[in-house]
Amino acid sequence: MNTQVLEERQDQFHTVGGSAFEMACNRESLAGAVSQRACVFCGSRVVLYPIADALHLVHGPLGCAAYTWDIRGALSSGPELHRMSFCTDLRENDVVFGGEKKLARALDELIDRHSPKAAFVYSTCIAGLIGDDMDAVCARAESEKGIPVIAVRSEGFKGNKREGYSAACRAMMRLVGTGDTSGVPRVAVNLLGDYNLAGELWIIREYFRRMGVGVVANVTGDGRVEDLRRAHGAALNVVQCSGSTMELAKMMREAHGTPFIRASYLGIEDMAASLYAVADFFKNEDPEIVDRTACLVREKLTALMPRLALYRQDLEGKKAAIYVGGAFKAFSLVKAFRHLGMRVALAGSQTGTREDYEELAAICDPGCVIVDDANPLELSAFLEKEDVDVLVGGVKERPIAYKLGVGFCDHNHERKIPLEGFEGMENFAREIHATVTSPVWRFMPRRAGRTGGMPACLEAGI
Amino acid sequence: MLLRHTPKEITGREALVINPAKTCQPIGAMVAALGIEGCLPHSHGSQGCCAYHRSTLSRHYKEPVMAATSSFTEGASVFGGQANLLAAIQTIFALYNPEVIAVHTTCLSETIGDDVPQIAEKARQEGKVPPGKHVINASTPSYVGSHVTGFSNMCLGIVKNLAVKTGKRNGKINIIPGFTEPSDMEEIKRICAMMKVPVILFPDTSGVLNGPLTGKYLMFPKAGTPVEELKATGDSRATLALGEWASADAAKYLDSAFKVPPVILDLPIGLSATDRFVDALRKAAGVTVPASVEFERGQLLDVMADMHPYLYGKKVAIAGDPDQVTALAEFFLVLGMLPVHIVTGTPGKRFEERIHKMTGTMGRPVNVKCPGDMFLLHQWIKNEPVDLLVGNTYLKYIARDEDIPLVRHGFPILDRIGHSYFPTVGYKGGLRLIEKILTALMDRQDRDSTETGFELVM
Ligand code: SF4
Ligand code: SF4
Repeated sequence: MNTQVLEERQDQFHTVGGSAFEMACNRESLAGAVSQRACVFCGSRVVLYPIADALHLVHGPLGCAAYTWDIRGALSSGPELHRMSFCTDLRENDVVFGGEKKLARALDELIDRHSPKAAFVYSTCIAGLIGDDMDAVCARAESEKGIPVIAVRSEGFKGNKREGYSAACRAMMRLVGTGDTSGVPRVAVNLLGDYNLAGELWIIREYFRRMGVGVVANVTGDGRVEDLRRAHGAALNVVQCSGSTMELAKMMREAHGTPFIRASYLGIEDMAASLYAVADFFKNEDPEIVDRTACLVREKLTALMPRLALYRQDLEGKKAAIYVGGAFKAFSLVKAFRHLGMRVALAGSQTGTREDYEELAAICDPGCVIVDDANPLELSAFLEKEDVDVLVGGVKERPIAYKLGVGFCDHNHERKIPLEGFEGMENFAREIHATVTSPVWRFMPRRAGRTGGMPACLEAGI
Repeated sequence: MLLRHTPKEITGREALVINPAKTCQPIGAMVAALGIEGCLPHSHGSQGCCAYHRSTLSRHYKEPVMAATSSFTEGASVFGGQANLLAAIQTIFALYNPEVIAVHTTCLSETIGDDVPQIAEKARQEGKVPPGKHVINASTPSYVGSHVTGFSNMCLGIVKNLAVKTGKRNGKINIIPGFTEPSDMEEIKRICAMMKVPVILFPDTSGVLNGPLTGKYLMFPKAGTPVEELKATGDSRATLALGEWASADAAKYLDSAFKVPPVILDLPIGLSATDRFVDALRKAAGVTVPASVEFERGQLLDVMADMHPYLYGKKVAIAGDPDQVTALAEFFLVLGMLPVHIVTGTPGKRFEERIHKMTGTMGRPVNVKCPGDMFLLHQWIKNEPVDLLVGNTYLKYIARDEDIPLVRHGFPILDRIGHSYFPTVGYKGGLRLIEKILTALMDRQDRDSTETGFELVM
């Protein structure tokens, strides 16, 4: 594969068990590379958009808004205002004369018509460049309309998605602490960093309900403005995923003394460990919580393990590659694949940090290649070389895998079935199984000549 | 109701767009560039735009879509992106080795005022462009026009940067197929082959964005219009521009620069527009229309006659790009259907005039807005319901909320397949459109009919 790796990029790869860990990460993509990375605006939009009763107004040219119109399945149990696309549609004139007036008029009209609980106004590259004073416009609208109107400083060129996450966290922090916390139970948490894709958050909330743990705010899947405002009433922040909402947790610790723990709801160990960690936190407050949690985990595992064993029969020894947005997700996936008897041959992400990759390298098997910000040629060369059976990735990777005749599992925003929790682990196993054992691969050139019997699971009628 | 936030009362709006019926220029430029053999589109701006464009195209075509970006950072946004583009050109040729880099701008680089042709020239002088390779460009600020404008601008960029006149006519006809599907481009080539007319069709995404599975990932599939042919467009007999909005500018340029006469036509969607295309091709190439083409026309005519009772008087709302919408509206009118609400997101005065003129004989008022958005269309539908929606995937919200059947057509289609493989242009395409519309209407009739009224036969 080295032919495809530019010299400058050599240090964005690492082979586990090879030389000492030495990786340069979180660096800007090389100009001219076909990078899979997105922008600040994308990061902010992804984090904030699931807040369903807020107005999300994109201040910029229409394209930025069009591409982010309801593209993630962040489900809401109530309002759906977040699924509309609002944009100030900056035109040539506005670029010359400024877009502040337009923004003010748009806010005026939209807040009157839709009565949102808060408004987020996203700055795009152009809004930043023409120098609109968005803060002033938002402040005016806020005082006139009596709802929080928050400028999200998400000019795309200021970095990649990570900076967008920060901007989103700063925006949410404007809300946190402004609501009434009376009535918040003592044993209650906020769930940070889950977007309720395919209704996943509802699964996790159900676990917490059974443990006796209240949830004050979902940040941000199925999110509500009011909940965010009183989020400081919760005793603990449970933060999922590597980057997106960690900063909010840190800010809340600073401002309100709310402690946080990291969690992952993907895979068995991480899911169980996350629940136990929460139980542990509250065990003085509620001595029985640990037992209830153990009971819940036992019940779930008793149901899950025999089913996983069936999938495992077919999957044992197969090879997987992982290329996802954040490195934290990669950790959980590596472990999840182990339960399926599969080996991870490549693990990479778009936005991991050095520490992330070090941690990743530590849990991966020798020979596994760790990669930061891979371009499609690198990715495809690798998939071919390692002859993997499945790639876990996002929208831009899917067609590459399929072109090579390799199975694929979407673990990004386009997943349509919940992959979190114990139920999600079974779904994950089923998805991986379905794609790895699909009969279509028998016709793929790279597999020509190999035959396969009926997968055991199909025979067992699963 | 997903769009429960849409009120029936229509009030004037000027400061904002809600639920857009268009997207931005660079994505159109990217599509056009992908129709050149061995071409890597390059987005001169920050990486976010490029990531969005690629994701959207991947969702629409279900194919890998490659494009590079200048990866602007804050520095580039202040001091200009020349250094980024120079570095990018060098990296791209070293790393991916395309035949052509097609640079389009974004809002950002346009606002900063980067002079891309000048930067490309500098790259050439500095030896960053290997011999025989090309860097072409188009200016595509998104705060002007739409993705259609971007497509048109890249078509113009192609001929401006590559076309030459040797003085020796090559006897070919240039065809610019518009912002259509790879299947449509394939179909146009098939019709030309039936008519025995040698053509240079560009851009040509067939085989690029609907390619086969070979077990190899090719960054540059062996498809698309070859550079040699693009150069030769200056020596052609004529240019047929299909779709005024997407194709006319490049055709006009070939006329003014090389005296290649342009014929500007509608997209050949539906009977009459295909007739006009076939006729123009016949005249430009000096051939006669073969029986095989007459036969296909006859088949379409036959189905139109057979099926007119089911289509007559059905009210339709259309959203899409101006070239597509104009041709669809004409076809629907011929079928006896009533296109009562029409929006396009692409701005331009002629559109509304054209639609009004075309629907003048319909005997009833038509709502038409350019540029309009899906929010407005939804409001119109709340005020006057329709039997059918035709447009891109985003119409599915309205379809669900108002319980109206939807036939997907245009860009983007994110939730169905077929558009890449089955054309809607030409006589065959007309057949397919009727089939899709009828299926939608009849499925609805079967679903809604009472048990007593449920009929086996159409
Ligand atoms: S900045 Fe312009 S080019 Fe980029 S996505 Fe937004 S509208 Fe499109
Ligand atoms: S990089 Fe800038 S202009 Fe492009 S999508 Fe992101 S915010 Fe919009």
